[in-house]
Amino acid sequence: MALFIVAALAMTVVGLLLGCVIGLFAKIFRVETDQRIELVTELLPNANCGGCGKAGCADFAKSVVEGENPPGKCPVSSREAISAIARALGIEAGGEFKQVAVVTCSGDHSKMKTEVRYNGVTDCVSASLIAGGPKGCAYGCLGMSSCSRACPFGAIEIRNGLAVVHSDLCVGCGKCVATCPRGLIKLVPADAPYHVFCNSPEKGPAKKKVCDSPCIGCRKCLKAMPEKMTVTGFLAKVNYSAPAPTAEEIAAAACPTGCLRAALPVKKEQEVSEVVNG
Amino acid sequence: MRYLELTVGAVLVYNFVLSRFLGICPFLGVSKRLETAMGMSGAVIFVMTLASALTALIYNYLLVIPLPGGVTVHLEFLQIILFILVIAALVQVVEIMLQKLSPPLYKALGIYLPLITTNCAVLGVAALNAKSGNSVLDATIFGAFSGVGFALALLLFSSLRERLELADIPRPFQGTSIALITAGILAMAFIGFSGLC
Repeated sequence: MALFIVAALAMTVVGLLLGCVIGLFAKIFRVETDQRIELVTELLPNANCGGCGKAGCADFAKSVVEGENPPGKCPVSSREAISAIARALGIEAGGEFKQVAVVTCSGDHSKMKTEVRYNGVTDCVSASLIAGGPKGCAYGCLGMSSCSRACPFGAIEIRNGLAVVHSDLCVGCGKCVATCPRGLIKLVPADAPYHVFCNSPEKGPAKKKVCDSPCIGCRKCLKAMPEKMTVTGFLAKVNYSAPAPTAEEIAAAACPTGCLRAALPVKKEQEVSEVVNG
Repeated sequence: MRYLELTVGAVLVYNFVLSRFLGICPFLGVSKRLETAMGMSGAVIFVMTLASALTALIYNYLLVIPLPGGVTVHLEFLQIILFILVIAALVQVVEIMLQKLSPPLYKALGIYLPLITTNCAVLGVAALNAKSGNSVLDATIFGAFSGVGFALALLLFSSLRERLELADIPRPFQGTSIALITAGILAMAFIGFSGLC
């Protein structure tokens, strides 16, 4: 009987004692935190993508509260969310225009030849290190999901051997840009409808040999809309600082290889999430 | 010889994860990335060392209570519930202190500390110390090296898993199933250390 009483007493005493100790320590080592930081963190997307340059959303919230960054520096938040944050803190929203990523390559399996079989690690950097990669074009998309694995929003799908960005899911955080060993991914204004889907600086005929849809540098687009395009060497680029080309101008340019075109409307498939998570 | 068993033995021969199969939950849970595995390992080493010292102290000196009537009460049977309580409280206190005293360390270990308050590996090291009647010093050494053993297993495994993520794995084996198979093979490899000390 004594054993029971002692055991029960001992546990009670230990429990109470530990409770008091924790309470005491919590009191002594109290850390004052700014309530506003939590508030702002809640309003942010909390995807912790790092697109703002800070280590996650909580860190960004701290910098916003401290006045280091304007709320608009978050490339992911919607306009409403940003203005909600600005209102909560009573400061200017400050904003940057929304950008989305675009993979500037057309070379999926139907358009670009695969010259060698690659059996190594399924990773673009690894593949690109071996003799210029398995595909014919040494500048094209390798289609091994390095970018789609990096995307925190599941916005990049590998479709038939070519990375395609879902512009409705892309928030322009820019994480994928650094992962592409070929530097194919560009951040462009979200409202720009047309892009040149080629990034190879090689000469036209050389490109044409390996790909059905390269930019051959024919300058037809430059003639149709001189101030909206630039051509360097054998590669045309859309001048994004000029007003976007209209559908008529694109029709007039009549890109012979179909390389200057609108981003394909892509539908999200079941498979995408598996590629991202796998 | 004894210290060889407490150090090398705890890391390689009787590895907590791969030979004793304790602490499997964090082993599978936070091993997806090397970076998080490192944070977790640090936290486990830290907590295991502190917890074994404290629980050995309690077990060796506080569980035999002499009553006034000449009767002594043995409370060893309370060890598990008592250890859980003490370890949980200890981790809580350490977390509160770290937050104030060393924000960088708190940032590195902070999120992992609450996860291991009642981790079976931490409780296991306390129970093993009690069972083998280690002195406080021995228990602390054993705790620290058990933590190192856990860290070794976790770091090895997370590196393997980072590689697996890129590998071309057949669909039915993707994800946790290949992770479990890998863990089994890793455990078999560690059997090779048996007889070392």
